[in-house]
Amino acid sequence: MLDMKRLGNDAIAEKGWFNAHKFLILRRLSQLGILALFLAGPWLGIWIVKGNLAYSLTLDFLPLTDPYVLLQGSLSGVVPQTTAIIGVVIVLLFYFLVGGRVYCSWVCPVNMVTDLAAWLRRKLGIRTTSQLSRSTRFWMLGLTLILPFAVAGGIVWELVNPVSMMFRGIVFGMGAAWVMILGIFLFDLVVAKDGWCGHICPVGAFYNLVGSRSLLRVNAVQRQACNDCMECYVICPEPQVIKPALKGEEKGTSPVILSSDCTNCGRCIDICAKDVFKFGGRQNKTTEALKREGEINRGVRV
Amino acid sequence: MSERERKNEINRRQFLGNMLKTACGVGLVGLGLGAYSKRASSLPASYIRPPGALPEEEFLGTCIRCGLCVRDCPYDILFLGELGDQVPTGTPYFVARSGPCEMCEDIPCVVACPTNALDHELKDIEASRMGLAVLVDQENCIAFHGLRCEVCFNVCPLRNRAISLDMQHNTRSGKHALFIPVVHSDACTGCGLCERACILEEAAIKVFPTHLAKGELGKHYRLGWEEKEKAGGALVTPDTKHHYNLPDGVRYELQGEGLIIEGEAEDSPFSSNPLDTLNSGFMDK
Repeated sequence: MLDMKRLGNDAIAEKGWFNAHKFLILRRLSQLGILALFLAGPWLGIWIVKGNLAYSLTLDFLPLTDPYVLLQGSLSGVVPQTTAIIGVVIVLLFYFLVGGRVYCSWVCPVNMVTDLAAWLRRKLGIRTTSQLSRSTRFWMLGLTLILPFAVAGGIVWELVNPVSMMFRGIVFGMGAAWVMILGIFLFDLVVAKDGWCGHICPVGAFYNLVGSRSLLRVNAVQRQACNDCMECYVICPEPQVIKPALKGEEKGTSPVILSSDCTNCGRCIDICAKDVFKFGGRQNKTTEALKREGEINRGVRV
Repeated sequence: MSERERKNEINRRQFLGNMLKTACGVGLVGLGLGAYSKRASSLPASYIRPPGALPEEEFLGTCIRCGLCVRDCPYDILFLGELGDQVPTGTPYFVARSGPCEMCEDIPCVVACPTNALDHELKDIEASRMGLAVLVDQENCIAFHGLRCEVCFNVCPLRNRAISLDMQHNTRSGKHALFIPVVHSDACTGCGLCERACILEEAAIKVFPTHLAKGELGKHYRLGWEEKEKAGGALVTPDTKHHYNLPDGVRYELQGEGLIIEGEAEDSPFSSNPLDTLNSGFMDK
């Protein structure tokens, strides 16, 4: 049985603390940095970015639009301005390249809350499981896209969406939204592991679909080095995505984590003492092919 | 049935069961959300939308809650609704009493809107209809007490068009005038400058969302005189003239003159002495 208290110790011993937390640090810098950019205006009077994650204008020039919010709007009859459309194209293109759920682990502020809940679960040894299916989020996504037709007065999900509410709350004023965030925290802590982000959140489900063919993926390039410590499964918020890539050697399946549930958070890369995982492309190269390429490259250099 | 088939059967049943459960759960969430949105999407009276805002229902379907109008307002009067506020979460509003719209000529809030929730067709701020000012309290407005105030009239950016002064007789003193402010909906933009300027503790003139401030005539109503003017004549057969049963040479004038006796006084069927008329019955006996 895996000892939760020792989780990550091997990686720290092998690679040092920094390298064992590299992507965690980068993700927090990204999440907080984005918030800081939006807050520099109202707090310091330095207007780099205006708006919030639904739509923003950077340096009065670059529009970025949340395609999910605009889609809900379009279904209730929005005719967006050209800037909003340009913004959508840029955002979709970006997430198509780097992976849709990069939004979840590198941008979304709720991720910091649910990460804290998951960390506390591990520390406190809470092991509750829920019946909730991971496909619930797609049902939720469907629901949020039907509601604009069914209910007069439109973008219903945005009345309660904790993701946009938290970000907007920090930038414009929170109101009672913190209750919602506390609710998600407690739900993730007590009721279900990765309950919100991994099971319910329709925003993540939408970006999941956006990134279903994305180019940047985690690769289990050194999967033959895996010592079955299981730590990546424990730390991963979507552990079902790892197995096909990590344990597919006999079956000859690709070492690329292809499931778009993967959030490209890099936790598996951080925690692995054997450096099995690396960010890479989508191409289906087996480790053997990679090794051969490596030899060829070395040959050329010699 | 082989073992494997039976296993598949159970899996299929489980799968369908799980799916049904999820669908029901999500369906319930949907019902809840629908009901909540109905409750949450009623705009309270003191929350006014920025200029160019589409009709409320359309606005809620169009506004993506980005807050760019809030950021581009040079007077910082706009706010986004927060969870727990009476206004739908994330949508922009202003409160006239504390911060009315200053009516910028270039309307930066509208220009900033990426989804046309604030209608980009609006180029002239004087054509905007954010709400409508209403003189709600005639008991406390000091103009009704015969005191000179006229502050709302004077701060109105459409002075003498959106608010005019109506001179009325002061029945209390018997010899002075009242200068009563009157709002005209064909000019009032609902900016709220009058509400902020009102000198009372609690404003007597307030801006309300238009649907709260205005009545509406039944669709079938036609105002006869207007229709007559449009048609250039009466639309129905004119009334037959009423005949009074009066002696010759006497007629009745409806518009105020009353009984008119034509011809010379001596030709009159009545005696010049009114007593004769009054006593006429007794004389016969």
